[in-house]
Amino acid sequence: MTRPAAVADPGPRTARPFVQGLVDCSPFVLIVVPFSLLFGVVARDAGLDLLQVMSMSVLVIAGASQFTALALLQDNVPVFIVLLAALAVNLRMAMYSAALVPHLGHARLGVRALIAYLMVDQAFAVAAKKYEEEPKMTGGQKVAYYFGCMALICPIWYACTFLGAALGRAIPASLSLDFAVPVCFIALTAPMLRSGPHVISAGVSVVAAIAFAWLPWNFGLIVAALLAIIAGAQAELFFKRRTEART
Amino acid sequence: MIDTTSFWIVTILLGIGTFLIRFSFLGFFGGKELPGWLLLHLRYVAVAVFPALVTPLVLWPDATGGEIEPARLLGAIAAFAAGFRFGVVAAIVAGMGSLWLLQALL
Repeated sequence: MTRPAAVADPGPRTARPFVQGLVDCSPFVLIVVPFSLLFGVVARDAGLDLLQVMSMSVLVIAGASQFTALALLQDNVPVFIVLLAALAVNLRMAMYSAALVPHLGHARLGVRALIAYLMVDQAFAVAAKKYEEEPKMTGGQKVAYYFGCMALICPIWYACTFLGAALGRAIPASLSLDFAVPVCFIALTAPMLRSGPHVISAGVSVVAAIAFAWLPWNFGLIVAALLAIIAGAQAELFFKRRTEART
Repeated sequence: MIDTTSFWIVTILLGIGTFLIRFSFLGFFGGKELPGWLLLHLRYVAVAVFPALVTPLVLWPDATGGEIEPARLLGAIAAFAAGFRFGVVAAIVAGMGSLWLLQALL
């Protein structure tokens, strides 16, 4: 991460983790703006009114599944199939939910419900990386950091969906705004590849995503992710055993 | 045109379903200690999910009708290189910048 040292190391450990989260997540404004604008535009083109567009973005806040649902609804696919397909896109978040348990599981039920509602890829990725880098953070600091991550992203997501829906076709397709999505995930992943097991896990993920791309319902993603998780964990164990054998 | 009834059924149930997916482990295993082997695996969730998410978006984007487009491949590589070396902002700028540059040139 290219953040100033003053932010990475705020002196005493009690320094404001909420503000830190906000700062660490702020680069993703560059992604959320075009992505949510694009959703607004596409949804209006599909014939939804402003209330419908905003209801979807507020109730679901998961862009990829919203695009999926919209495309299938336009094709007059049965409601049940639309739901299954869109939910399959979000199934990865069950893994995020599990990964956050050791860090945020202590929070009150209502707080955990709010954490769940706000669980988007960027917030999860930024927070998980932070928790791994700074194991000394207290539970309260971790919760504050998480909400800091979303404090900027969430309102911008709502506002730009609205803007996109209101502006509509004024945004030209030649901007290739859809490419902001893969770029976002590349930006999230590249700085994580700091150890052998992480590199191995990411490599398995790419290869398996191609190998299982034929699976329906986006399940290729789930299979690839599970294989990559196992590969990463096993690689970590292997490297650890080898180091221990040497000493 | 999208049927209004279908739209509202999908939107409301998708909202509830997505929330339940997000809430699942955090909601029901909240206060519990997870076993060590599980914690080991959970550390790799992010790095295992994102590449699998990106790969089809770069190789077979909807915007090109599923065709491989060299500008997108190179844009992705540029984003990765910049992200690995310099971090998030550099990745975003390099990725979108090189895509636009290459689309203008190619």
